[in-house]
Amino acid sequence: MDINDLRGLSTLFLMITFIGMCIWAFSGHRKKSFDEAANLPFADEPLNQLTLREEQGND
Amino acid sequence: MSELNPALDHPTYNYKIVRQFTIMTVVWGIVGMLVGVVIAAELIWPWLNFNQSWLTFGRLRPLHTNAVVFAFGGCALFATSYYVVQRTCQVRLISDKLAAITFWGWQLVIVAAAITLPLGITSSKEYAELEWPIDILIAFVFVIYGIVFFGTIVKRKTSHIYVANWFYGAFIVAVAVLHIVNSLAIPVSLTKSYSIYAGTVDAMVQWWYGHNAVGFFLTAGFLGMMYYFVPKQADRPVYSYRLSIVHFWALVAVYIWAGPHHLHYTALPDWAQSLGMVMSIILLAPSWGGMINGMMTLSGAWDKLRTDPILRFLVVSLSFYGMSTFEGPMMSIRTVNSLSHYTDWTIGHVHSGALGWVAMISMGAVYHLIPILYGKSQMYSIGLINIHFWMSTIGTVLYITSMWVNGILQGLMWRAYNQDGTLTYSFIESVIASYPGYMVRLAGGVIFFGGMLVMAYNVYMTVRKNFQAEPASTAA
Repeated sequence: MDINDLRGLSTLFLMITFIGMCIWAFSGHRKKSFDEAANLPFADEPLNQLTLREEQGND
Repeated sequence: MSELNPALDHPTYNYKIVRQFTIMTVVWGIVGMLVGVVIAAELIWPWLNFNQSWLTFGRLRPLHTNAVVFAFGGCALFATSYYVVQRTCQVRLISDKLAAITFWGWQLVIVAAAITLPLGITSSKEYAELEWPIDILIAFVFVIYGIVFFGTIVKRKTSHIYVANWFYGAFIVAVAVLHIVNSLAIPVSLTKSYSIYAGTVDAMVQWWYGHNAVGFFLTAGFLGMMYYFVPKQADRPVYSYRLSIVHFWALVAVYIWAGPHHLHYTALPDWAQSLGMVMSIILLAPSWGGMINGMMTLSGAWDKLRTDPILRFLVVSLSFYGMSTFEGPMMSIRTVNSLSHYTDWTIGHVHSGALGWVAMISMGAVYHLIPILYGKSQMYSIGLINIHFWMSTIGTVLYITSMWVNGILQGLMWRAYNQDGTLTYSFIESVIASYPGYMVRLAGGVIFFGGMLVMAYNVYMTVRKNFQAEPASTAA
């Protein structure tokens, strides 16, 4: 075993990590939770309105 | 005002800090781009430095880069990250005081840069020219920034950490690490220090920093902006949340290796050059993955581009991002680099990213933010946003095409040989041949800068107390 085996193994390791990450991200039963996350930018309008109301009250 | 309220457990958002950074984004954008216009003119008419050392190209050029990258871009990142992290975590910033420290600390850094760089006080490291006392202040501000940002994420009310925050988080951590490692130096006086690195190692550390300033400051941070403001302005969630996860990890894992492509055909060992080249080419995949994810968010709603100039800013910035992230890997190929390196092509490439991507997505975000932050229903003039959009686009296109022409022209002239092995052209001949390109570049820069003035006017008219486009639903 020399340094080149280590180089080969590290390439293999990175490939497995990448493929594993893709499988994790694209697996079916995470869809619902990802949909929920993707909608976070639209989920806080009441807090935004509350902030604006409070700031106008302080003017 | 909000200082009277205890910061913790306060139910509403801290918009004051976002307002401060947003306004300063516009101010520093004007300053930084004005300096850019001045030095573009100096390249045509060198007498414009009026024989004042502090007005010379060599002194003003780092002032320009620092002002546009760290003052304009930096304020845009602070503003949007503080805004996005609050709104997607549904919680107020962990500390108003610490956030205020980052604002005043960052402004102090910028003012210190604006004083020291024209005086010629510099460490001479590109994009890291500031001397050690300012470097320490930058490191301090970024540590506080990290505490505010991640502290806010820790006390979030949502179960997910929205993808934009991942990109902002990577930007904050990576820039802090890069800045501290690259700036390690031994001070010999208050205004002079020497890097602890020497020779080739110094060059490699510098471009490890330099390219990741591009990768994490000018890319990851602004991708965070993209992942919030494109969906929000288009009023539909991002095209693929799964792709955004793969995008994030692939981008941060690969970018960190790309630095050596700045050192092709130097004393850097060949294997390191090849590694940098290969990683730069691989980088095309995550870059375009992100671009496609942003663009496709509009699928089914492309008609919005016809009526909404803010969305047009955001989407066209993504087109420029796609263009420059194709151009970059291509230029990192050693044989292409042997033609392009040290020519104006590099300057064109940088501005394709800086004007087309970074500046235009920031402008889109500022136009989105200003009405919300000041409780107005929309900007003072949508027509002026449209005019600004076209000025930015035309200015960028003029800039980058003229620099392509100049770059290839210079590269070809420098490598032309006569049959007896002597150089066909002297260096000054390539300078003279560059003048038409410099004129077009100046024109593009002036148009782009003019667009910023239009923006400043529009922002000013919007934030005036007595402007109200339509009665907002929340009028007191």
